Order: sequence, then structure tokens, then C-alpha cells
Amino acid sequence: MTSEKPKSFQEIILRLQAYWAAQGCAVMQPYDMEVGAGTFHPATTLRSLGSKPWAAAYVQPSRRPTDGRYGENPNRLQHYYQYQVVIKPSPPDLQALYLGSLEAIGVDMEMHDIRFVEDDWESPTLGAWGLGWEVWCDGMEVSQFTYFQQVGGHDCAPVAGELTYGLERLAMYILDCDHVMDMPYNDPQSPIALSYGDVFKQTEEEYARWNFDVANTEVLLRHFEEAEAECAHILAQEHDDPKTGKRIIMAHPAYDQCIKASHIFNLLDARGVISVTERQAYIGRVRTLAKACADAFVQTRAGGHVQ
Amino acid sequence: MPDLLIELFSEEIPARMQGKAADDLKKLITDGMVEAGLTYASAAAFSTPRRLALTIEGVLNESPTVREERKGPKVGAPDKAIEGFLRGAGLTRDQLEERDTPKGAVYFASIEKQGRPAAEIIAEVLEHTIRTFPWPKSMRWGSGSLRWVRPLHSIICLLSDEAGSEVVPLDVDGIVSGKTTHGHRFMDPKQITVNGFEDYEAQLKRAFVVLNAGERADAIWEDAKNQAFANGLEVVEDAGLLREVAGLVEWPVVLMGEIAEDFLGLPPEVLQTSMKEHQKFFSVKNPKTGRIERFITVANRETADNGATILAGNQKVLFARLSDAKFFWENDLRTAKNDMSSWTEALSNVTFHNKLGTQAERIERIAALARELAPVVGTDADEAERAARLAKADLSSEMVYEFPELQGLMGRYYAEAAGEMPAVAAAAEEHYAPLGPSDAVPTAPVSVAVSLADKIDTLTGFWAIDEKPTGSKDPFALRRAALGVIRLVLENDKTLVLMAVFAFANEKADAANLLSFFHDRLKVYLREQGVRHDVIDACIAMDGNDDLGLLVKRAVALEAFMKTDDGENLLQGFKRANNILSKEEEKDGVEYSYGGDVKFAQTEEEKALFAALERETPVIEAALSAEDFASAMSGMAGLRAPIDAFFEAVQVNSDNQTVRRNRLNLLSDIRKLVGSVADLTRVEG
Repeated sequence: MTSEKPKSFQEIILRLQAYWAAQGCAVMQPYDMEVGAGTFHPATTLRSLGSKPWAAAYVQPSRRPTDGRYGENPNRLQHYYQYQVVIKPSPPDLQALYLGSLEAIGVDMEMHDIRFVEDDWESPTLGAWGLGWEVWCDGMEVSQFTYFQQVGGHDCAPVAGELTYGLERLAMYILDCDHVMDMPYNDPQSPIALSYGDVFKQTEEEYARWNFDVANTEVLLRHFEEAEAECAHILAQEHDDPKTGKRIIMAHPAYDQCIKASHIFNLLDARGVISVTERQAYIGRVRTLAKACADAFVQTRAGGHVQ
Repeated sequence: MPDLLIELFSEEIPARMQGKAADDLKKLITDGMVEAGLTYASAAAFSTPRRLALTIEGVLNESPTVREERKGPKVGAPDKAIEGFLRGAGLTRDQLEERDTPKGAVYFASIEKQGRPAAEIIAEVLEHTIRTFPWPKSMRWGSGSLRWVRPLHSIICLLSDEAGSEVVPLDVDGIVSGKTTHGHRFMDPKQITVNGFEDYEAQLKRAFVVLNAGERADAIWEDAKNQAFANGLEVVEDAGLLREVAGLVEWPVVLMGEIAEDFLGLPPEVLQTSMKEHQKFFSVKNPKTGRIERFITVANRETADNGATILAGNQKVLFARLSDAKFFWENDLRTAKNDMSSWTEALSNVTFHNKLGTQAERIERIAALARELAPVVGTDADEAERAARLAKADLSSEMVYEFPELQGLMGRYYAEAAGEMPAVAAAAEEHYAPLGPSDAVPTAPVSVAVSLADKIDTLTGFWAIDEKPTGSKDPFALRRAALGVIRLVLENDKTLVLMAVFAFANEKADAANLLSFFHDRLKVYLREQGVRHDVIDACIAMDGNDDLGLLVKRAVALEAFMKTDDGENLLQGFKRANNILSKEEEKDGVEYSYGGDVKFAQTEEEKALFAALERETPVIEAALSAEDFASAMSGMAGLRAPIDAFFEAVQVNSDNQTVRRNRLNLLSDIRKLVGSVADLTRVEG
């Protein structure tokens, strides 16, 4: 079963959306905050906690300020897309489902060499880890495949299976492009054909300059502290809302502050104002927030709490 | 007798864990069976990325029935004691037997352990093995609580003989044993039903799975060698990589590809490292030029285009990787040729350890120490200092940032490119050595100076902040550093007075404690060379024990002496003298250190001992000052017969106090003379 090759970056995304929708995943939209990876989306971090079954798939724009290269490097970007699938409990045929998704986007299993190579995943900022593989297609890493064991310091039970596709790199391979900026964003036959560069070259330049040289580090440092304080403030509230009389634990708003702190830390890192020793301390502070949010989430209904 | 086949089929097992897992499976299952009385003829275990398999031939049909007799309490013992015994034996009182013994009537229990069918035992042992398997890291999946290295999908557990085969029933958290498995994930994924090991292995091969990892490795290596040879080339051997690659495939297909011309100018180590670390490629070199010109990759399947698509993909990934490496190399060379000081300056922003300052500060210390050590190792101080200052410059280079394992080697390339003296460039690479007990020790004086300075700075630094190794924890590899210093000094035959060097390197370090750490490492080193630990202790107790060369010379001579008849007897004589003397000194509350006088000697044996002392003392003293320990030992050998004769004939504790005191003073002379060679009180025997 070989499907016709996709013609553009967006077609690959659309096919993944259709494929995972057909597998029964809730196709969600990107989280509306700056994150470093698709894992940070609460649909993964928070929903991988607790006993409730969950299945979601989504595109997540991700930002890694230190990876900015003004759009000149063939495959390094400070803003890129990840495709994320998370299913809890992990189904027994998750590997087969994953391979099906590669076929859906035009990888012919009869011609390529797909391998599952050991790669254990760990996120020190999220206090999370899991075991799995990086998936190789002809020697190139095209996805991360992880069985979550712990998130925010909590054991994952049941275990969520997580798939992360680095969309630009995967698409470059499928579309046979050597430079990300040359990759067709929409169908090259379209009346207005757009390349990835048409859409993102300028923003890569702008953000690289801001990330590396202009971002006001004093302001960022203050924002970091504020996000940290707000997170604690939110979680310190009574579980019972005095106004409505309902039990409302504000795990998500608190987690937003954690995401914010994490991204600010990445920006500060790109500005080069964080020393090696301070780095560990900052990562530890974000992890503390992530753990507190996880602690709160498991006390909510979505976190499997039974009242 | 039946044969047993076990297969544990899972998602991809990390390559590095497969070999040990197969061994563990074999050991745990066979040990468990034997413990339950189920013996067998032979066993073999196998692994592929997706399965562990075990075949055991000649298994007993059932474990033999055994009868065990246990002696219980006396007849008439308190009820509590008898009940306890019955509980332990699992019997009732009427099943006990009374027997007369010399101590009276005693209860005996005869317990029969009924033999059990093989299947029952195997099912128990396999379940227990699966639940307690020693994976380095294991995980849960789905909704279950079972742990395995990756999700476990199916279990074959099959007993077979001429009559046929039968599944050993087993249910581990819902995974029910059977007799089916699957072939290659892509080439032949259909279900296979097997009826014994031979059939299993043969059917797997038809389904594109080579069960035996050794066979896969051999096939890869043969094919790789042949393809290279056909092109007049040679594969660079790498046993570790071969093992890993054999663990990544069930059906190995060797493909050889070209490295684009642009990259052939990179140092061969860079090509090799980049290809191995990122892509798990073998390097293929031209034996005439030594250049690496091609690569070998091992795919896990055959394709209609004979691997052309796969090879093209791999080549593309390699192109991107090597573009990076080339970019680093060219940038680095530019910096090196221009002025390496920008690299050394950059190291002032890099923390070595938060209590030991930056890398730049560390390099300052190493440079000063290398200068200090230069005369000791016989090299020019300026050259040693220059080498020390550049030795770690490559830590700032882009290449080493990307490939930390190339540190040192890149330093050498860059120092050469910068026009540094060959000895200075060589030190950049060699000063890390020796990295282990079998790693070669540098011999070039500049390299030796920098290597010693680096290691001694590290050791004294961590001693100064009290971060010593404890138990199995040695995060800064300080034991290795100390062993490195020991080997550098001994194998290059250099004289290094450690206490003085420690004091120069870092006055805050507890030098005495560090020296005793060195002595411990030295003991391990010498023990491997066959020197006894008590002999080493006898030499460590002497003055000058911070001069390792001296210490070892003394220990080696003493070890040789102790193996001789003279040595063994002298030791006994010395101990006897020392014991008597110590006892009498304690009793009298004095120390007999006047020196004996021959004029109070009464017997011939006494006089002969005085004569021997007079004869050998100057011999031993001269030998010691010449550090000629072999001669000192033969001087001691000269004392052996007179000492033996003395103790044979002479009673030390004479009633005549003058005679007694003189004899004790004589023994004291012996103790002093022998003690100037080595502290024999510490030698066992």
C-alpha cells in the first residue's frame, strides 16, 4: 500500500491530522503559548497524569531561541513545528500505528529502512522521563517514540505513549529538499506558491536578532520571577471557590505560568546571561513549578480524582 | 527426554543490552530448574532486536522424588518445641518417629518431597524470571504493572520430544504462553507456529530473521570486508560497533557508500567519529593512503532496488553531518592559525568546578606546575609551560564541543596547524594519558611533564576541597589520576618527591592523606605485579616513602629476599629478637638503645653475632645510601645464620644483669639495622 507522495509541507501535516483522526485521536489545536516542544502542551504533560484514558494529536509550534541561525542554516530554526500524538493507555499496537502514519505521509516501507534505536527521553524541567526510541528512516532520525514513566514527579499509570515528529526535518526528507527555506509550504502548483522561506525566512532573522542581542534581560529576569510567584499564588488558593461554591483547582492557569517561566529561561539562556552553575538552578526552579502543577492536576477530575 | 524452547518477543531491545540479557535468561532459567531438581544436558541463548530465545536440551520429564530426614526435639520436650518442629516439617505428631539415641529418645521426621512434572517447574521458573529480570532499565506500558525493557508481546514456552510438542501453560499479566512468533517486522511479519528449537530457528531464517547475533556479526563483517576488498579498500575494525550494529538488525544487509570529495580532507579520526557516533557507520580506508574514502552501513532489509534508496538516504544524512564537521574544522583551523589565545581566553568563562575555579585558572596552575616538574622529567621549562598552556585550548574549539571524545587529538592537529613545536603539539594529545591501567604511558618528556602536572593539580585540588573518592563513588576519576601519576613516574623511571610537589601544587591539600591515597593505589598496582601487600606496607613505613621509585625498588628487593630461605629465616629471627626486646623493654620501662659491647659477650654464638653485625652494618649502610636494595638485602642475609645460632644457644635473660642488658642492647642493634632496610614487623609470616 503506497500512497502518492505529498507535494508540500502543509500536505504532510494535513495527512497526519487525517491519519490520527482516523485512529480515534482528538485532533487538538496548538497551545496558545510559547513552548520549547510539543510535550509542554497541557494535552500531553497534564493529561498523561492520572487514570483517565486520553488520545490526542496536534501540531505544536515550538521555540528554541538558542537554535536560531537567521534562517541560514539548512535545518536549524528557532521556531519550528512538532507533530505530537499522545495516547493513554499506550495501545499494544502503537508501533504499527506509528508505521502506518509514515506510510500515510508517503514513506514506502518496501523501499526504506526503518529502525527503532534506543533513546531514553528525559525532561529535567518537567521532572519527566520515559523509555523508547528515536526512529530512523535510512539513518535519519524522523521521530521520538516514548513510553512515559513519570511526569512532574508522578508515576504514569496507566502509561501514555508519546510520538513526536520533527515536521521540518521529516518533510525535507520526504520532499527531497536540502534547505528548509526551499521547501514548498503549499502545493507548488498553487496560483500563489509559497516556500517555507517565503513564510518564515524573515521571522527567523527577526527573532534571531531579538533572541540573541536585543531581548531585555532585566525585564525577562523579572518576568521569570513574576511567573514563578504567580504559579505559587494560584496553587495556594483554597480548592473550594468562595464565589461559586464549587471545587475548582486551578491546575491549568498555574501550569501556564510554569510554561512561561520555562520559555523565559530559554530566552535568557540564548542571551548568554545564565552561567553553567546558574543553569542547573533555573532548571530546578522550573521543575519545582511543574511538579506543583502536576500535584494539583491529579487532584482534579481530569486528573482522575474521584470526589 | 524433552527439549525446551523459550522465546520472549518484545518491541525493540536496546542493542547494548541484548548480549547480557540472553546470558541472564539462560542463567536464571537453568539455575531455577536445577534448584528445583530439574537437570538438563545443554543450553544456549540468543538475542535479536525483538526477541530473547533459549533452547535447553535433555530436560528431565520430572524432578526426582527426594526424602529428607530431620532430627527433632527429645521425646517429652515441651509441646511448644514439638509444635514448632511439626510446623517447620509440615507434618502431624503421629507422623513422627521415635528413635533411641545415645542422648535418649528423639523425634525424627521423614519428609518426602514429591517429584514434580517439568512443565510445572518451568512455568514457575519462567514467570519468576520474567518478573525479576535484571534489565539495566525497565518500564511499564499500557495499563499493566509488568516491567520489561520495552513492551513484551508474546511468550513461547514449549516442551518437545519425538512424540510432539506441548505448550507449557503460563500467564504473565495476561500474556499467555503459546507456540507462535513473528518473522521480520517488514519483510515477513506473518505469524509463525513452531514445534521445537530447530524448527523455530529454520522458520525464522525463512522469515528473514537470523537468530544468532554472532552469526549476524560474522555475516556483516565478511560482507563488509569483501565489498571493501573488491574496491581495493579496507574496513576499519571496530568490534564494539560491530556488536552494536548486529544488535540493531534481524536481517543484515551491508551497503557501501561514498564520502563526497569535499570531506576527504578532514582528519580520519573526525570522519570516523562522526560516522560512528551519529550514524553507526563503519569507516572504509584506502590502505595505500590511509585516508577514509567510503563508509559501510548495515540496513535491516532487502529492497527491490538493492538498497539504492536506503543508501542514498544514508548518504544524504552523512552529507549533512560531515558538512557540520567540515564547518567546525575550517573555523577551528582559522582560529588556530590566527591565534589560539582566543580559545584559552574563552576558558576563563568555563567553570572547571565551582570550588576550584575556571578552566583558565586551572590551566594557570598546571602551567606553573609543569614548569616546576620540567627539570625532574628532563625537559625545558619554557617548553613544558607552553605545552601546558595550550594543552586544553581545544576545549573551546567547535569540533570538541560537538565531539568531546576528540579532545586532545584535535588539540594536536590545531597546535600543529598553528606552527607550535612538535613536542608541544604532541603534549596536547598525550597529556590525557594514561587513561586506564592498560593504556600506554607517554614517554616524551614534555608530555610527561604536562600529564603529571594536570593530574597532580586535579588531585591536590579535590583534596583541598575535601572531595575524595568514597567507596564506589569516584565521580572525578581521582583513582585513575593517581594511578596515572604512579605509572608515569615508575614506567619512565623518574624521581618525584611527592610531598614537595603536593605542597607546591596546592598548599591547602592534606598532603599526608593524599600520600596515603597514593600508597593505596600503589599497592593495587604492585599487587598486580605480584608484590605482596605486607611487603609493600613494610616499605611504606620507611622514610622517603613519598619517592615512589625508591619505594618500589625497596619493595621489589624485599619481595625477592622474602622468597629466599635466608629471607624467611631472617624474618623469624628478627621477629623473635623484636618480641623479646619489646617485652623486656616494657617490663623494665626502659629502651635498650645503648648499643651492645662485644667485651661483655660470653658465648661463641654471641661473639659471632657481634662480628656479623660489625661486618654487615657498613655494607647495609653503603647499599642504602646508594639505593642499592639488593645489596642491602644480601647484607641482611649475612645476619641470618649468626642470629639463628644465637637464639639456638643463648638465653637472653641471664641472671647476670650486665650480660642480660648487653644482650638486649645487641638485639636492639639488630632491630635498628634491619629496621633501616624495611619495617619487618609489618611482614606476615
